[in-house]
Amino acid sequence: MTEPIVQYRDVHKSFGDVKVLKGINLDIHPAEKIAVIGPSGSGKTTIIRMLMTLEEPTSGDIIVDGTNLWKMEKSGKMVRASEKHLREVRGDIGMVFQHFNLFPHMTILDNCMAAPIHVKKENKEEVRERAVQMLERVGLGDKFDSYPSQLSGGQKQRVAMARALVMRPKIMLFDEVTSALDPELVGEVLEVIRDIAKNDDMAMVLVTHEMDFALDIADKVLFLDEGVITEQGTASEVIEHSTNERLQTFLHRFRKV
Amino acid sequence: MITINAILDIFPQLMRGLGVTVTVLLASAVLAYLMAFIAGLCRLSQNVIIRKFTGFYVEVFRGTSLIVQLFWLYYAIPMLFGIQLGSNWWTGVIAIGLNYGAYLSEVVRGSILSVAKGQTEAAVALNMSRFQRMRLIIFPQAVRMMLPEFGNYTIQMLKGTSLVSLIGMTDVLYYGDIMRSTNLAQAPLIYLLVLVFYFILALPLIWLTRKGESISKKGVASG
Ligand SMILES: Nc1ncnc2c1ncn2[C@@H]1O[C@H](COP(=O)(O)OP(=O)(O)OP(=O)(O)O)[C@@H](O)[C@H]1O
Ligand SMILES: [Mg+2]
Repeated sequence: MTEPIVQYRDVHKSFGDVKVLKGINLDIHPAEKIAVIGPSGSGKTTIIRMLMTLEEPTSGDIIVDGTNLWKMEKSGKMVRASEKHLREVRGDIGMVFQHFNLFPHMTILDNCMAAPIHVKKENKEEVRERAVQMLERVGLGDKFDSYPSQLSGGQKQRVAMARALVMRPKIMLFDEVTSALDPELVGEVLEVIRDIAKNDDMAMVLVTHEMDFALDIADKVLFLDEGVITEQGTASEVIEHSTNERLQTFLHRFRKV
Repeated sequence: MITINAILDIFPQLMRGLGVTVTVLLASAVLAYLMAFIAGLCRLSQNVIIRKFTGFYVEVFRGTSLIVQLFWLYYAIPMLFGIQLGSNWWTGVIAIGLNYGAYLSEVVRGSILSVAKGQTEAAVALNMSRFQRMRLIIFPQAVRMMLPEFGNYTIQMLKGTSLVSLIGMTDVLYYGDIMRSTNLAQAPLIYLLVLVFYFILALPLIWLTRKGESISKKGVASG
C-alpha cells in the first residue's frame, strides 16, 4: 500500500479538564474514503478540526505528507508551529462544515474564487473558469451572481463543496454536512459527495450519521467511542458484522430514530 | 408678519455660521473615523502594550466630558507644554475627533468580534493568512455592521460641534447667541430657529443612517 498522506500518532485532546480524545492513531492514505461514526460528544468533530488546524492537540503528532503539522524544528528543537508553518502544511486540506459558513458578503462565484486568487495567487481567468466548472458540477450553474442568503440549505452546502474543490485539495474533510439540512434536501448533497468520491482521487474523511451512505462510499469506517477508536475496518465489517456491543447499541439506537 | 420679518432677519445671520459648523463636522468626522479604525484594530492586536495603550486612550476619552477635553486642549495644553494646536478650528476638530474616535473604536472592535466564528474557520480552511482573513472576510462584514452606529455617532458629532462656540468659533450657535444678546425678547424664536437649523443639517445624516441600517441587515453572518 502507498505511504499514508496523514498520520495521527497517539493524539490526545482535552478541553480544560475534559479529556475528549484519548490516544488517536490513524492513517489516511491518498484517495482513501473514511467514514467516522460514533455517539454525540465522542470527539468526531474534534478529530478532523485538529487536522484543519482549527483545534490544537494537547499531545501527540499529526503528520501531513511527512511534515509534522503542529510542531516545527527551530534551532534543533521541536517547538509549537507558527502560523506560517501551519499555512505551509495545511495547503492541501479542505473542509466542509455543518453550517456551510459561506461568506455572506460575496456572490456564489466570488465565494469560490477568493481563496485561489488571494491564497494561491492563481490567474483570475483560470480560477473563474474552474469555479464556473465546479459550480456547474454541483448543479448551481445558474446561480453565479446570487448571494448565499438567496439559496436553500442544500444549495449552500453544494456551494461550500465547490468552494473547497476549487482549491484542489488532496484531503477533504466533511463534518456532518447534511445534519443542518431539511430532510428533503439531504439527498442532493449526498449525491454531490458520492460523485466526488467516485470520480476524484482525493482522500476524504466524512463524519456522518448517514449509515447507508457511509456503507456505500467508504473504504474504511471508524467507530469512535468516548475519545477512542474502538472499531475500524471496511464498512461491512464495522457496520454489518461487528460484535462490539457498544457499536451494536449505537447502530441499533440509530436505526430506530 | 412681524415674525416672518424676524425670521427673515435671523436666518441669514445663522447662515453665517454654517461654514464653521459644517467644516468642523466634516473634519472631526474624518479624524474620528480614522481614530476609530486605528484604535479599534489596535485593541484587537496580539501585542499587549499596543492593546493597553489604546485601551488607555479609549477609556480616558470616554470617561471624561467633551467640553472639559476641549478646554484642556484650548487652555491647559498650550500653557503646560507650550504646544499650540494651530487655530481654534483645529482645537475643536481634534477634541471632537478624538472624543468620538474613542466611542467609535468600541463600535469597530465590537463589530469585528461579532462576526461569526465560522467565518474565520472557513477562511482558515481555505488557507487564508491572518491578514487575508481580516481583509477579505471579517472586515467587510464588520463594516456593514458598523454603519448604523457610525451614522448615530455622526449625528451626535454634529450636535457636539456647537461646543466650539465656547472657544470663540463663529458657528451657527455663536451667531444665535450674538443675536440673542442684542435682542433678548427674540430669544425663543432665535433658539427655535437654531434648533430647526441643526435639524435640517442632521436630515441627510439621519437618512444615511437609515440606509446604513438596511445595508447592515444584509450580507453579514453574526453570532
Ligand atoms: N471548544 C470546545 N470547548 C470545550 N469543549 C468542547 C469544545 N469543542 C468540543 N468540546 C467538547 O468535546 C467533546 C467532543 O466534541 P465533538 O464536537 O468532537 O463531538 P462529536 O463526536 O462531533 O459530537 P456530535 O456528534 O454531537 O457532533 C464534547 O463533549 C464537547 O462538548
Ligand atoms: Mg460533531
